[in-house]
Amino acid sequence: MGKSTEIDWITVFLFIILVGFGWMNIYSASLNEASTGFFDMSQTYGRQALFIGLSLILIVFILSVEAKFYERFSSVIYLVALLSLLGLFVFGRTISGSTSWYTFGSFSIQPTEFAKIAAALALAKYLSDIQTNIKTFKHQITAFGILFLPVLLIMLQPDPGSAIVYAAFFFPLYREGISAGYLLVFLSFGALFVFTLLFGSIWVSIGVILMALLVLFINRKKKRKHYIRYILVTAFSIGFAFSVTYIFENVFKQHHRDRFNLVLGKEVDSHGIGYNTRQSEIAIGSGGWTGKGWTQGTQTKGNFVPEQHTDYIFSTVGEEWGFLGSSILMVLFVCLLLRILFLAERQKSQFSRIYGYSVAGILFIHFFVNIGMVMGIFPTVGIPLPFFSYGGSALWGFTILLFIFIKLDSNRKNYQF
Amino acid sequence: MRKLLSVAIILITGFVFIGRLFYMQVVDTSFVGLSENNAISVDYDYPQRGYIFDRNGELLVSNQPSYDVMAIPRDIEPFDTLEFSGLLNISIERLEKQLDKAKIYSPRLPSVIVPQLTKDEFAFLQEKMRKYEGFYIQKRSLRDYKTKNSASELGYISEVTNAEVDNLPYYKSGDLIGRSGVEKQYEEVLRGVKGVKYTQKDRFNRNIGPYKEGIYDTLPVKGKDITLTLDAKLQAYGEKLMQGKHGGIVAIEPSSGEIISLVTAPTYDPALLVGRKRSKNFTKLWYDTINKPLLNRGLQAMYPPGSPFKALTGLIALEENVIDTKETIGCHMGFRYGRKSKMGCHSHASPLSMTPALAQSCNTYFAKSYRRVIDKYDKASDGMDAWSNHLKSFGLGGFLGNDLPVGQPGRVPNGDYYDKWYPGGRWTSTYTLSNAIGQGEVLATPIQLANFTAAIANRGWFYTPHILKEIDDKPIKDEKFIQKNQTTINREHFDPIVEGMFGVYEYGTARFLQIPEVEICGKTGTAENFTKIDGERTQLTDHSIFIAFAPKDDPKIAIAVVVENGYWGSRFAGRIASLMIEKYLKEEISRKDLEKWVLEHSLEEEYAKPYSGEPFRINQ
Repeated sequence: MGKSTEIDWITVFLFIILVGFGWMNIYSASLNEASTGFFDMSQTYGRQALFIGLSLILIVFILSVEAKFYERFSSVIYLVALLSLLGLFVFGRTISGSTSWYTFGSFSIQPTEFAKIAAALALAKYLSDIQTNIKTFKHQITAFGILFLPVLLIMLQPDPGSAIVYAAFFFPLYREGISAGYLLVFLSFGALFVFTLLFGSIWVSIGVILMALLVLFINRKKKRKHYIRYILVTAFSIGFAFSVTYIFENVFKQHHRDRFNLVLGKEVDSHGIGYNTRQSEIAIGSGGWTGKGWTQGTQTKGNFVPEQHTDYIFSTVGEEWGFLGSSILMVLFVCLLLRILFLAERQKSQFSRIYGYSVAGILFIHFFVNIGMVMGIFPTVGIPLPFFSYGGSALWGFTILLFIFIKLDSNRKNYQF
Repeated sequence: MRKLLSVAIILITGFVFIGRLFYMQVVDTSFVGLSENNAISVDYDYPQRGYIFDRNGELLVSNQPSYDVMAIPRDIEPFDTLEFSGLLNISIERLEKQLDKAKIYSPRLPSVIVPQLTKDEFAFLQEKMRKYEGFYIQKRSLRDYKTKNSASELGYISEVTNAEVDNLPYYKSGDLIGRSGVEKQYEEVLRGVKGVKYTQKDRFNRNIGPYKEGIYDTLPVKGKDITLTLDAKLQAYGEKLMQGKHGGIVAIEPSSGEIISLVTAPTYDPALLVGRKRSKNFTKLWYDTINKPLLNRGLQAMYPPGSPFKALTGLIALEENVIDTKETIGCHMGFRYGRKSKMGCHSHASPLSMTPALAQSCNTYFAKSYRRVIDKYDKASDGMDAWSNHLKSFGLGGFLGNDLPVGQPGRVPNGDYYDKWYPGGRWTSTYTLSNAIGQGEVLATPIQLANFTAAIANRGWFYTPHILKEIDDKPIKDEKFIQKNQTTINREHFDPIVEGMFGVYEYGTARFLQIPEVEICGKTGTAENFTKIDGERTQLTDHSIFIAFAPKDDPKIAIAVVVENGYWGSRFAGRIASLMIEKYLKEEISRKDLEKWVLEHSLEEEYAKPYSGEPFRINQ
């Protein structure tokens, strides 16, 4: 059997469009009087052009490596990633409150952006193991453990935004058969968390008890009544509510609290902590149908939106390209995500499929949280928009993540059990 | 099923995001304005307000620069408050208080810290301003009055109110707008058009260049200069004569309708309503309810016109053909028109024909003429309407339509008016007899009196009185002011009336007021008037009223003077009218003793009477 490699050009094409459009917006967001040309290395957009160039080299490298390599060495890659995260506590550099960077001269790298690839590979490897049965509790614990280790290390930096990304692995886990009940429990705790912050632990406790009584009332005809179960769930929920209050008041830092209060509508302050989101909403909202035109955004030009070339890059799209441009971008992202899921489903190898789902999940969470934040739907959580936001580590991280999958996909016909 | 959940989540997210984008970008348009406020600063370049000249080219109103020290609180760097407060000539506490106020108003927008510095203070401060980050000097333009007169006619300017900013798109907060007089009437001519400069700002509010390379920017257009019909010298003289009196003088050039003089008394110095002191002074004037200096009595005060009205009664009687110039009517100290009703008259020769009756101001003659006019018609109401229509053709009983922002219509009753009083038409001419001699229900403002005097001087027509002569040296072209208004009275009927008014000076009630070498025609008036004191109708001393025009055959000036509670017509109003005419026609006053008498006689005591709370006597 001859080896055939079929690169999925649709995915590559979407990748190129996103990266190219992203660079145009970074150019606009960081344009200033000192600009000399598109590739001026003293400028943000010049460096991003360099990062894009280097990512092309990475792509060539990834595609030329034997596809089997990624599966075989996934454990090693995972260990290296964990060590690089651990190493941060010794050699890491602290930038704006979180120790997430290695610095070599003027060059910094953020291992967090690569750790998720390692986690995706490791999870795929573990779940695709013939001995692993995700339906058993023991294996579920191990799978969660694989994901929890990097999350813990990232939380300690602290970089809660990047930790949230690991929720992405619900995609492959659910696909491989984990109970939806986990999602339900997860969502219930999310709701409890939000309600506790909104109404306080006392009211939430009363609500939980009333809810339990209501469920009991509805089920009154049932013969077997699990009173113990009701009591345990109620007690645990109340305990959770109180510990949320405790953690919120005593463990969270003020800027974490502010972010939550703001999104929950408990505080309105367009000049203080809500400034970023407010300005970003103004930028997007003022775009209208067709936007103000490339490099013509007044919000963008005036640097009203902080971090606009990184996490808030979408506000430039909204302002300068309007509803038309930004909804096309939404469509492009949705197409890319659906294409990846489609590719994942056609894999013969379970490893490739799980990895594919992980890629889609990771990209989705970034897309979901980032756009939601920039449009003011979610709290301010600093994570980049894939392929769009400025930054070498992020761009390379997403490029490697995606192209390993493209490589795996191109090799699917050579797969042997 | 498990395959579909991820697809569903992705699709739903996509739809929700696009929906949210649609709402933010297309449905909700409030963001556009916010982004403009944010990122584009609009700077206005204020043009000079137009100058105002009098009819002889004398400058009345120009502009003076004024300098405000402004601050943008968030741009302020730490500075030496002691030194700076010394430079500004205010205390440190005051400076700090002003800065706190500015911070509360807005940290990003400029606030006035010290308003309206003088030129010298500005020159001294200018060089040192560099040292104080966040402070700057804003040049503004205020009115500079070269005259102390005509305050009410010129008007004043002040900052627009918030309501005006909302309703008038041209004006922005802090802009100045004409508030009264000519400043208000010709606001759009005088103000010019301000220039606009859009500047792109960054988030530190720093300029980063013109917005869209300045394609929306405009240059300011200077306000136009205007020339008024007023004669500044006559204004000054009129105000001088009216010192210590309440009332108004209106002088019109009959051949053009130009208002040569419009004096209201008491008045105030126009400079009081400029700059820093404006609001304090305005409050003071506003609350002076006895003198009412903000009321323009020449335009707004309605008086019973009194005997000058007899000239019109005579004209109407001739036009209605109910009397001729030869018929004589006897008068025996009054006119008895019922068993107990009598209209009194003073002692004069009798019987008299129209011309001497007017010169002697015989009540009986004009009361009878009036009755004949009303009784000519089958119904008193119809007669009243005919009479009323004649009067309205003289500009009475309605707004004149002049170019001053304030005015009053006066009152000329018609048939309906009395039908309402006496339902079922149960009234006759005698019920309204007082109208014949300008009492009763008739009311007129001084400018209406002057206007009908001009119409008599012209023998039957007038131009709508106006105060604007030229805009940027070009004569006005407003249809309203260059079209003749014809009265309903035939040209031939004016001669006996003019002769009668000439007789007033020759041998009648104003014979001691003749001006050497000038043939003047006039008519005295003594108008009874009433006020309410503690809810009780109380008669006050008569108003002294006078109308006149001169010269008789080539009228250059028609004038009406009302002096409130000045007693009989020739006592104050007649003297003042005579002096005003002489001043206008000859520029020199030959009768110094007459002038002296007017200047030395004040009516302040008379005006204090109703407010004294004590019983008082009138017509002393």
